[in-house]
Amino acid sequence: MSQTETKNQSGTNRDIVVSVRNLETTFHTKVGPIKAVNGVSYDIARGETLGIVGESGCGKSVTSYSLMQLIEHPGEISGGEVILGGQDLLKLSENEMQEMRGGKMAMIFQEPMTALNPVLTVGYQMNEQIIKHMKVDEKEARERAIEMLKLVGIPSPEQRYENYPHQLSGGMRQRAMIAMALSCNPEFLIADEPTTALDVTIQAQILELIQSLQERFNMTVQFITHDLGVISEIADRVMVMYAGTTCEMAETQKLLTSPLHPYTAALIRSIPKFGSRVEKLETIEGSVPSLFELPKGCPFQNRCPNVSDKCKESKPPLEEKRPGHQVACFHPVNL
Amino acid sequence: MTSFIIRRLIQTGIVITLLSFFCYLLMTLMPGDPVDLMISANPNITSEDIERLRALYGLDQPVLVRYWNWVSTILSGDLGYSRTYRVPVQELMGPRLINTFILSAAALLVSILIALPLGILAALKKGTRLDYSINMFAFTGISIPSFWLAIVLIIVFAIWIPLFPASGTRTVGVDLSFGELLFDRIRYLVLPVLSLSLMSIGTFVRFTRSAMIEAMANDYIRTARAKGLSWPRIIVIHGFRNALIPLITILALSFSGLFSGAIITETVFSYQGVGSLVYESIISNDFNVAMVAFMISVSMVLIFNLLADILYGVADPRISYS
Repeated sequence: MSQTETKNQSGTNRDIVVSVRNLETTFHTKVGPIKAVNGVSYDIARGETLGIVGESGCGKSVTSYSLMQLIEHPGEISGGEVILGGQDLLKLSENEMQEMRGGKMAMIFQEPMTALNPVLTVGYQMNEQIIKHMKVDEKEARERAIEMLKLVGIPSPEQRYENYPHQLSGGMRQRAMIAMALSCNPEFLIADEPTTALDVTIQAQILELIQSLQERFNMTVQFITHDLGVISEIADRVMVMYAGTTCEMAETQKLLTSPLHPYTAALIRSIPKFGSRVEKLETIEGSVPSLFELPKGCPFQNRCPNVSDKCKESKPPLEEKRPGHQVACFHPVNL
Repeated sequence: MTSFIIRRLIQTGIVITLLSFFCYLLMTLMPGDPVDLMISANPNITSEDIERLRALYGLDQPVLVRYWNWVSTILSGDLGYSRTYRVPVQELMGPRLINTFILSAAALLVSILIALPLGILAALKKGTRLDYSINMFAFTGISIPSFWLAIVLIIVFAIWIPLFPASGTRTVGVDLSFGELLFDRIRYLVLPVLSLSLMSIGTFVRFTRSAMIEAMANDYIRTARAKGLSWPRIIVIHGFRNALIPLITILALSFSGLFSGAIITETVFSYQGVGSLVYESIISNDFNVAMVAFMISVSMVLIFNLLADILYGVADPRISYS
């Protein structure tokens, strides 16, 4: 396996596991093609968690599905590179990709209620993946599955192995999903809003579980959420997406304390603060432009307080405005 | 589960009993009785004879008493006597029931074997030309009247291209070994089975297609793909396995028509089944034959409904009967 040792702009050595370059995903709708992901690039290093945040429809989930190549008709990955362990996944055949999915790279989903097949036992669903990727027989697969269920903190795993999904609670099911995703020792885990459908206490437990497993296996994680609170807990670095493009990327602490993009700043301002009573919660004026009629220039121009003529003319490129802090804005805040 | 089955069996028994009474009641409401047939056959009959015959056959008794007599005879294992054919009902219906069963079961098997793969294929290729062609074929099958299709099949495959016999159940007047007999019966079955299955193929294709589209749109299919499973496995184990749950009802109810669903086809192909027999028995007031035929139809529907309920529990672990 080839690993690329690169130096990032801030000068530290990072062992890059996943590298996405100019990823474009287009949906060919009846009204015309729309680019749900429009030239997104990022790297994630070994053991690192990249959080991707944004509103619904900003392209964060489509980015993840594109990495797994789970985009369905009429969608299509229309450009770019997805490099995992030195290999461009977009050049692989469907069969080779099947070996990757669930093996080297795994994914957990938002809805643990519906993400498991209701008519098959948890054990069966874990087994089929383990048998496929680890080339073991059923008995060994069972042992591995039970070991994984134990690892994610499911009590009496032997019994849970025989259970159907509906016999497990929501939190249990998400644990089982995590056990399944990690069963074949993936290098790279994509978590697509894994805690959104859970209540707050369970959410905290699941986050803790993902973090502890990540440390234990030195896994690379891409964590998608719209919840900045969750991001601050789990992510090492954060990428903020808006209308299919990246608007800001930085280490979590830097991004949350001194955001450069007006959109990120507005997002952070709109988090209600504990203990402070306000008449009205902060909001961002206007709404996300339709991907069908994206304006020329910056996609955030119609809602931006700092908008200028330049923003309406050309799209700001993603540039490093501070060490390790990239932003796509002509008039960044907090500088 | 066991207690559920026992409970449902008892319910089924009660429903069959009630329905048998209503069927009997309806039969007696029809104008005429077997003695009327004898009267029309013999103009010289006297009114004393008529009274005597009515008393002999118990036709002068109130309906409830007659019904009770019929039930007790049936329960003693005697299905009665066909007045039109002058043979016991068992002897008359037994072989014909078997013939009908063979025809319907063959048609059903052919329909399922053709329709399920076509339905799955249409679902997987939703919105493509292949899907439209399969749908077109399905709607054609549903729309074509079976008597018309039967006649066209006879013209094409028995007269223009004489591949199969035009009518009958088997070659008569020859002694055949078991293998030859089997082959002979199959030759006679091809055309009736074709005309009978085309319509159910259409229906099954439509149901399979929609059940499969629904199943494949579920989140767990995406999970299965994210696990790196192969397409055949995703389609069969994760897709079809779930599509099967809604399909069970329609399939089970089709099975309930095994003994009664082929009247027109049997008539067109002069096939020795129960279809035409049932029709004649109602027209000619042959109570015993008609009642047995009713009871078979009613019981089949109820039994297969029960079976569908039980199969639900097997196919879908979320359903529990306890």
